[in-house]
Amino acid sequence: MAIKTYREAITEALMIEMDRDERVIVMGEDVAGGAGGSAGVRDNQNGIFGTYPQFHARYGENRFIDTPISEAAIVGAAAGAALAGLRPVVEIMFADFIGYCLDQIMNQAAKFRYMFGGTSRTPMVLRTAYGAGLSAAAQHSQAIYPIITHIPGVKVAVPSKPADVKGLMLTAIRDDDPVIFFDHKALFGVQGEVPEGDTPIPFGKGMRYREGKDATVVAIGRMVHFSEAVVDKLAKENGITCDVIDPRTTSPLDEDIILSSVEKTGRLIIVDESTPRCSVAGDISSMVAMKGFDFLDAPIELVTSAHSPVPFAPNLERAYLPSGGRIEAAIRKAVEY
Amino acid sequence: MQLSREQLLRAYRQMKTIREFEDRLHEEIPKGLIPGFTHLYSGQEAIAVGVCENLNDSDAITSTHRGHGHCIAKGCDVKGMMAEIYGRATGLCGGKGGSMHIADLSKGMLGANGIVGGGPPLAMGASIAFRNRGKGEVAVALAGDGSCNSGPVFEAMNMAVMLNLPVIFVFENNGYSEQTAPAYAVGAGKTDMVRRAQGFGMPASKADGTDFFAVYDMTREAVERARNGGGPTALEFECLRFFGHFEGDPQKYRIKGEVEMARESMDCLKNFRKRVTEAKLLEASDLDSIDSEVLKLIDEAVAEAIAAPFPPDTDVTKNVYINY
Repeated sequence: MAIKTYREAITEALMIEMDRDERVIVMGEDVAGGAGGSAGVRDNQNGIFGTYPQFHARYGENRFIDTPISEAAIVGAAAGAALAGLRPVVEIMFADFIGYCLDQIMNQAAKFRYMFGGTSRTPMVLRTAYGAGLSAAAQHSQAIYPIITHIPGVKVAVPSKPADVKGLMLTAIRDDDPVIFFDHKALFGVQGEVPEGDTPIPFGKGMRYREGKDATVVAIGRMVHFSEAVVDKLAKENGITCDVIDPRTTSPLDEDIILSSVEKTGRLIIVDESTPRCSVAGDISSMVAMKGFDFLDAPIELVTSAHSPVPFAPNLERAYLPSGGRIEAAIRKAVEY
Repeated sequence: MQLSREQLLRAYRQMKTIREFEDRLHEEIPKGLIPGFTHLYSGQEAIAVGVCENLNDSDAITSTHRGHGHCIAKGCDVKGMMAEIYGRATGLCGGKGGSMHIADLSKGMLGANGIVGGGPPLAMGASIAFRNRGKGEVAVALAGDGSCNSGPVFEAMNMAVMLNLPVIFVFENNGYSEQTAPAYAVGAGKTDMVRRAQGFGMPASKADGTDFFAVYDMTREAVERARNGGGPTALEFECLRFFGHFEGDPQKYRIKGEVEMARESMDCLKNFRKRVTEAKLLEASDLDSIDSEVLKLIDEAVAEAIAAPFPPDTDVTKNVYINY
């Protein structure tokens, strides 16, 4: 398999789908960067995060649509275009900006099928970059996927690896329900093996990235990478081995892969970049407490960000995020309980 | 005026159906069998019908929380609508949507909408699909005067101009957004809706919303422009809501006699009847027979709705997703 970056994997999936199905369009702010500027250029910088190389030249004005800064209209337009037969992929540059368009997600796209008695489909994908680690501070760093996961009617993907990004994006675009797709902005340059060709990954199927017997570490998004490093270190230095499980989608959630792992290990550590109250970590924890109580040999450990806005100063941001040290301490606490 | 006899009869039948549908709901709601909130459209019939008479099933509309008139004008099944309002399994949305969320995508009715200002971004999006399809279809956002103060509506209007989309923004100024009058809520007074839309760079004009012919003509021009690649238009139609914001609204914000005055001089059905009979386009007897047919239809719709079963409890989690 070829080694590709997370960014290249996104591009590959988008191109496969745009080439395959002319109903797929892409819309967003600066996706074809530089529209209307004095230099008259398009395809400038390949979009803000570099995920759209030469898309304007390749797909043209009607299918690759640069929009003004109008988050509500972009997402509302995607919902309306989906009802009218397109399969729009829209980009909200930073997940924090979803505040502007939450009505279009929460009250419109997520609800149509239910409110209309199953007579409609809303095949749209909202792509957005989330996450801390770049000193982008409180309004450009939030991991808000739990807020969206809470909403019935939308599906939520939070991939960690390039292969997953590609496979889940292919599924997202083909899915007839609205999908909110969270890319971690600190992962765009991360490399990994990516299978060639048309390789969709189903939603609701988690991935086990490490195999172990002492504890189960469930990690989401960038936290998968943090957790793998800690688990590798513990295995090498202390002989403690852990399963590392990435659910990949938080809605639907692969409960089976988590429960079967906890049944084997008896210990669960959940590593989640979002803030702790009403979070995905809390949700998984409660699910295991309800359905896997008898499997547990130790209290469930949650390693989350602080319950605060994301700070700016690099040291504070490090203190905010789950760290290797905190993940290691949580695993040790569970194992030594 | 270029309307055929058939069109005139259809327009009257639809306006009358909306009127009787609403008047009957007004009588039925206090009986306690209709759940939830109901917002009546009476007094605005000429707008829904004047706009939709210019549209085909392949054209789309988005609607508001006051959507019954739009649904009927766009061709939704009246009995299915009534059953939906009663929350029954036989309703257009299987009892899941109720009054505020009736939709029929086969008729291009993309849904009534419980969120003020919710529709215009959706209509704008549908018009992107229509532009790309290239078959001359148009989308119409029917929105109230209250929505014209909502940010997403401004965003949708701007994007429609920027992308030259086949979409029409229709503002029905029915005198009140909930309880608040546009004279208070719309900066620079009631005329500002049109000027705002013009500020986004699209043609915008205004007409008497109780005059079916004025609505029809103004919409026809906008629809032709949109079908021919001429981009978006905004229209404002003035009228007066005959009922309160919701059924049960004590309407203390209105002077006594305001509704009576409107029913006397701003009744689109009376105006239509006078106009077509005086011009000898239709006979009074043509209209009378439509009146009795409509009354019968509404009677049947109510009776069938009341007799229909509620959806099974097991439907509660059905159709959240297509697959999950």
